[in-house]
Amino acid sequence: MVSAQKGQVRVITGNAVGAYGAMLCRPDVVAAYPITPQSEIAELLSQFKADGVLDAEYVEVEGENSAMNVVLAASVAGARVFTATSSYGLVFMYDALQEASGFRAPVVMVNANRETPGIHCVSSGQQDLISARDTGWVQIIVENDQEILDQIIMAYRLAEDYNILLPIMVNYDGFYLSYLAEAVEIPNIEDVDAFLAPLKQQPERQKLVPGVSIGCGTHGMEMGYVEARYKHCQALERVKNKVDEIDKDFGDYFGRYYGGQIEEYRTDDADIVILASGSATGTVRTVIDTKREQGIKVGLIKLRLFRPFPAERLVEVLKGRKAIGVIDRSLCFGWKYGPMCMELRALSPEIGPTPLLSYIDGLANLDINVPHIERVIDEVSAAAQGKPYQEVTWIPMEE
Amino acid sequence: MVIKHKNIFKTESAWSNADEKLLCLDTGSWRTERPVVDKEQCNYCGLCALYCPPQCMKDMDDHYEADLAYCKGCGICATECPRKAITMVPEGEFADG
Repeated sequence: MVSAQKGQVRVITGNAVGAYGAMLCRPDVVAAYPITPQSEIAELLSQFKADGVLDAEYVEVEGENSAMNVVLAASVAGARVFTATSSYGLVFMYDALQEASGFRAPVVMVNANRETPGIHCVSSGQQDLISARDTGWVQIIVENDQEILDQIIMAYRLAEDYNILLPIMVNYDGFYLSYLAEAVEIPNIEDVDAFLAPLKQQPERQKLVPGVSIGCGTHGMEMGYVEARYKHCQALERVKNKVDEIDKDFGDYFGRYYGGQIEEYRTDDADIVILASGSATGTVRTVIDTKREQGIKVGLIKLRLFRPFPAERLVEVLKGRKAIGVIDRSLCFGWKYGPMCMELRALSPEIGPTPLLSYIDGLANLDINVPHIERVIDEVSAAAQGKPYQEVTWIPMEE
Repeated sequence: MVIKHKNIFKTESAWSNADEKLLCLDTGSWRTERPVVDKEQCNYCGLCALYCPPQCMKDMDDHYEADLAYCKGCGICATECPRKAITMVPEGEFADG
């Protein structure tokens, strides 16, 4: 591979980007049910099919549980599949999510992050992806519209890799990115074909075909269950380096790199590091630039890969820092810290004793804005100088 | 960690030989009704075999018959048969039932 041709630049919403990303990867079967804030993806893919741009079976389903079961079955039969959902839709397919990962089906799904059921909140938040944390899926969080498109393409390379074979959930902030139109370079479909071509070089994966009876599952074999789960966990471990490799391949070919599991910004000489994810990381970078001008050595880690958790790379970057601040857009019920902060705390023995400050912000469409991030950096900075600090802060509750 | 376990599955996912691994439980003992196939009515379309949950419909070259060691008696074959060639008969009506 040399490098890709320049693609067409269009100003489109994150949802439209999701539909374009899927279409470019030539899925065989698409099944999606519309739900706010993802509906445009289901509508556009249906339109692409009607216009003859998308050569796929588009299965109209009566709900998300069927959507996931349809793409799961098609995937097990050897098809390349795509679906998209959000919030209520994601939890409605909760059992099927686990079937998909248990079957090691390389399903690619887009999830436009939204708060979850309970208090009927039609607004942005990452609670849905947190609710699906232990389903055995690979979960990736992206920051902007271009990254949605690029990550969908990379997701197929990852999901269908013979050494991985796992479903991938590409997450982006609903309402923020789903309805935000940005300039996006849409690659030529031939270049996407070329990028995905290495998948054809690998051994064909086992398929379920009519007329050939085959056992699919562990049917009362206890050790079969243990073996399948062990292999699943091993595959999740392999995902980490694979994400970095695919990111490099993608960057070499299309000219856009995202850092793989995590993206670092001005961390080289940083005393303190802020960890965040999704669309808010753009604002964090801006504030970091301002604070750097004031002499505060602060950097950012944008967490891209949430499951599997990029433990090794995080430890490498965070070891020896004077203080760390984590901004969570979701909750970890039963713990006072936010979920990503909780995950990071599991690495405390490797990172070493350093103040770790948890911030809950951006729930229910509330902006993680410049003053909020300035406050986070000021407080983490003070903690780095040995001053007393508050472990957990719900920023909107203090305003 | 020393792995002593010898793999049951050759593949990453739990794919196995259905005859050995799928038809391994005594599901035949669950049955209260058994499917009886009318050979005259059966036109060998194979729908019963396709729908059979434990995949125990045996291909008899000109018709299908349930493998009674594994048939759970669910009756899906009888429901799906377009020619109504399969009847579910209570086990009590058979000498071996």
